[in-house]
Amino acid sequence: MAYSEKVIDHYENPRNVGSFGKDDEGVATGMVGAPACGDVMKLQIKVNKDGIIEDAKFKTYGCGSAIASSSLVTEWVKGKTIDEAATIRNTQIAAELALPPVKIHCSILAEDAIKAAIADYRKKYGGGDIPAESKAAD
Amino acid sequence: MTPDFSRDHFELLGLAVRFAVDAARLERGYRDLQSQVHPDRFAAATEAERRVAMQWATRANEAYRTLRDPIERARYLLQLRGYDTEEESNTSMPADFLMQQMEWREAVDVARDAGDVSELERLRGDIRRSRDEMLVMLERALDADANFVAGCSLVRKLRFLEKLEAEIDSALELTEH
Repeated sequence: MAYSEKVIDHYENPRNVGSFGKDDEGVATGMVGAPACGDVMKLQIKVNKDGIIEDAKFKTYGCGSAIASSSLVTEWVKGKTIDEAATIRNTQIAAELALPPVKIHCSILAEDAIKAAIADYRKKYGGGDIPAESKAAD
Repeated sequence: MTPDFSRDHFELLGLAVRFAVDAARLERGYRDLQSQVHPDRFAAATEAERRVAMQWATRANEAYRTLRDPIERARYLLQLRGYDTEEESNTSMPADFLMQQMEWREAVDVARDAGDVSELERLRGDIRRSRDEMLVMLERALDADANFVAGCSLVRKLRFLEKLEAEIDSALELTEH
């Protein structure tokens, strides 16, 4: 199976590999794993006082598509609010990387990883920037 | 013999529907079934009878292969009980478990790059020990406690260890060449 150019690019030059200190201010961590292929993914976000994700890091053990999916997500979330980042869907990741059907689960893993990081952020820091209830008037 | 394809794998091989399986009984059940459907016995049979025997032989192989492997056996047993192990869809493993997987993967990478055979073997020992502990827990969950949710979770965990062990095996093959 041929990898797309974008997958190869992210695989050969992964963006934002590494870790923040788990307890650094504004840092939240999402860890997920895919039993069927044994892939493990850690995705961290660093959120500033304005509720903007100013940096993101990842560490993934898995195939090229899993590495590319997490690398792409770290690029995408930078500069976004927590709420915006929470809207990232695996279908967007799969489309951007032109993942074949057998590799869709890699994009699902990346979506689950960012969701888990956001859940960790909300658990640690409360609602964060989200005026979640403000739309109750709708 | 009357083909009854609705029987489950355990029944087919004369075993109780349990995770704990006596290896000798499994082998015997398989051999007995195979000998009943062996093509030699059907040399003089009609075409239709031979076809049925062939289906049985396939069925026996499938049952044996499934029950011989502990992870496949657990997954099959859980299916019979109406539980899906969600190995394709459930990504939320406990954090400490995933952290341990990461550490092991890292250690395997380092040892592979260094061509450190004894370290790879040590890691494989750790992983096998962990797997054996999980298999004990799996037996308890499935046979003693009927805790099928815990059983599903253990099957998912065991898949990670299986993969890791396979990676160590291929790393060892590389370094030994």
